[in-house]
Amino acid sequence: MDLFNPGFWLFVAAIAGTYAIMALGLYVQFSLAGLPNFGHVAFMAVAAYAMAILVVRVAAPLPLAVVGGTGAAVVLAFIVGIPTVRLRADYLAIATVAASEVVRYLAMNLTDLTGGPLGSIGLLGPGQVAMYNTSWLGFVDRLVHAASSFTGMNFSRDAVVALLVWLLAVIAIAALASLERSPWGRVMRAIREDETAATAAGKNVFAFRMQALVLGGVLGAIAGMLLALQIGVFSPDDYEPTLTFYAYLILILGGSNRIWAIPLGAGLFSLLYSGTRFLNFFPLSLIDSGARAFLRLFLVGFLLVLFMALRPEGVLGNRRELLLEK
Amino acid sequence: MMEQFVQLLVNGLITGTVLALAGVGATLVFGIQRVANFAHGELLTFGAYAGLLLDVTFGENIVISALGAMLATGVLALALHLCVLHPLRGRGLVATSLVTVGLALMLRDVVFLIAGPQLHSYRINQTTVYNLGIARISPGQAIAMALAVVVTPALTLMLARTPLGKSMRATADNRDLAAVAGIDVDRIGRQVWFLAGALAGLGGVMTAVVQGVFDPNLGFQILFMIFTTVVLGGIGSAYGALVGGTALGLVMELSTWSGFAGGLDAKFKPVLAFLALILLLLWRPQGLFGRARVL
Repeated sequence: MDLFNPGFWLFVAAIAGTYAIMALGLYVQFSLAGLPNFGHVAFMAVAAYAMAILVVRVAAPLPLAVVGGTGAAVVLAFIVGIPTVRLRADYLAIATVAASEVVRYLAMNLTDLTGGPLGSIGLLGPGQVAMYNTSWLGFVDRLVHAASSFTGMNFSRDAVVALLVWLLAVIAIAALASLERSPWGRVMRAIREDETAATAAGKNVFAFRMQALVLGGVLGAIAGMLLALQIGVFSPDDYEPTLTFYAYLILILGGSNRIWAIPLGAGLFSLLYSGTRFLNFFPLSLIDSGARAFLRLFLVGFLLVLFMALRPEGVLGNRRELLLEK
Repeated sequence: MMEQFVQLLVNGLITGTVLALAGVGATLVFGIQRVANFAHGELLTFGAYAGLLLDVTFGENIVISALGAMLATGVLALALHLCVLHPLRGRGLVATSLVTVGLALMLRDVVFLIAGPQLHSYRINQTTVYNLGIARISPGQAIAMALAVVVTPALTLMLARTPLGKSMRATADNRDLAAVAGIDVDRIGRQVWFLAGALAGLGGVMTAVVQGVFDPNLGFQILFMIFTTVVLGGIGSAYGALVGGTALGLVMELSTWSGFAGGLDAKFKPVLAFLALILLLLWRPQGLFGRARVL
């Protein structure tokens, strides 16, 4: 692959925007409400599957399917949240890991419903090709046409998708930044810092935490569906558990309690992650390309350990405001 | 039908033993350091591959291979503790857990890089079957059963009777109280990590011989069941993990028995574990054996 191929980097930019929305969901749950969700990817996978199934099986229009996908993620948030958010944080961590594994397991094994290991292309059963993103592509094409005729410049599909995704990400971050400064955000911070004090002040800790879990789940669902729409065909492997840890790495890289550091984190992570694709010079060229994928994941793990050990406050963070010490 | 029941009982005991061994290690580590060790699955993977190296490359017999795997994994776990997690102590649950996530990715991908993604198997004849009249057992299952019968009572005895086992349980239960009572909690911490690694290594070898073929995802695939075992038994309770793991293994296997309302589709076994976890967290979050305290 060519290092200077603009199409590739536009695709990377679109994925980075999607990751920013994914990390924003985790920000709400983890940085704002103090809920360690280690199975964020489950919200993404459930939403993507619900959306694809609604489009392919029920022939639902895409906007309705997106609402359905979001609803599925909300249901999952309730299943995981109701038993765990009133307990100590470790229980939520374990329950969310379990939920994400079970979601992946079901996606693999409920072949009739999900297409199994084949993924979304097998949704209609063997021998038939199922497409769920036709109307999305039509929508993008209309946007390309509108943008080109409006500005007189030539826009590619990738450029329009990248712009659209980043626009969504910035709007979502701005909305949450103002929510964070609202009374709701202050209650969240109070609960995170001292649950007992918040309870004594008459705040319903359980309800507030559930709201954060659901809101984060919805953002995760949007990211999951955007990812599915961009890659066109997805399988359970596209929603691997490591995606959750990418989201944590993005939060930590940027600075784990700075909401506006998320785009930086997402950008840095995507550069590092797709940049390692080009580590094909000697002596690394001795390792074949399949093995280099493992090397990349190894580096992700190494970075996670290194940042947690040496600079847990991230690039832009401030050590005195660190939340991770809790 | 009875034959199937006995067969499933054997499978359940083996799965249960693996979960119990790994669970005891995870729960003690959890209790002593308050870290949800996401790298615990990778310790099983490492054990399975260390055993593979001894069994296939060096041609040792299975007992030596299993012992070697236990030793190697124990040393690895101790090294992780001393080099990474002990210096980072006091960083809080989420921060340390994220570090173990990074360690898990590193370990798994090192195994992937060295051993490759292809399936491996031990030098065990996968085609022969011992017919015991009521059940048919593969050589891999026979080895795993033999290991289970020796190790589980030994581990229970160690935890119940020896000063070391008592100190470990005390420290996992309440670290400060243990320190006040004169237990060197740092030393116990090192010993617990070594024990957890050795047990995980054995669990990895057992899983590998029972499955027949395996790849470097072996450990990660059962991590969530190990965590379920830990919660089932009550976080920090070693006996709880022993009983909880065995029970979880038996319930998952026996649920597929056809005498039990036609039996559950084997595909849904992990879902059953998840349901058990959710129900347990709803009704008895302190675990089957944990005492009710502020959670």
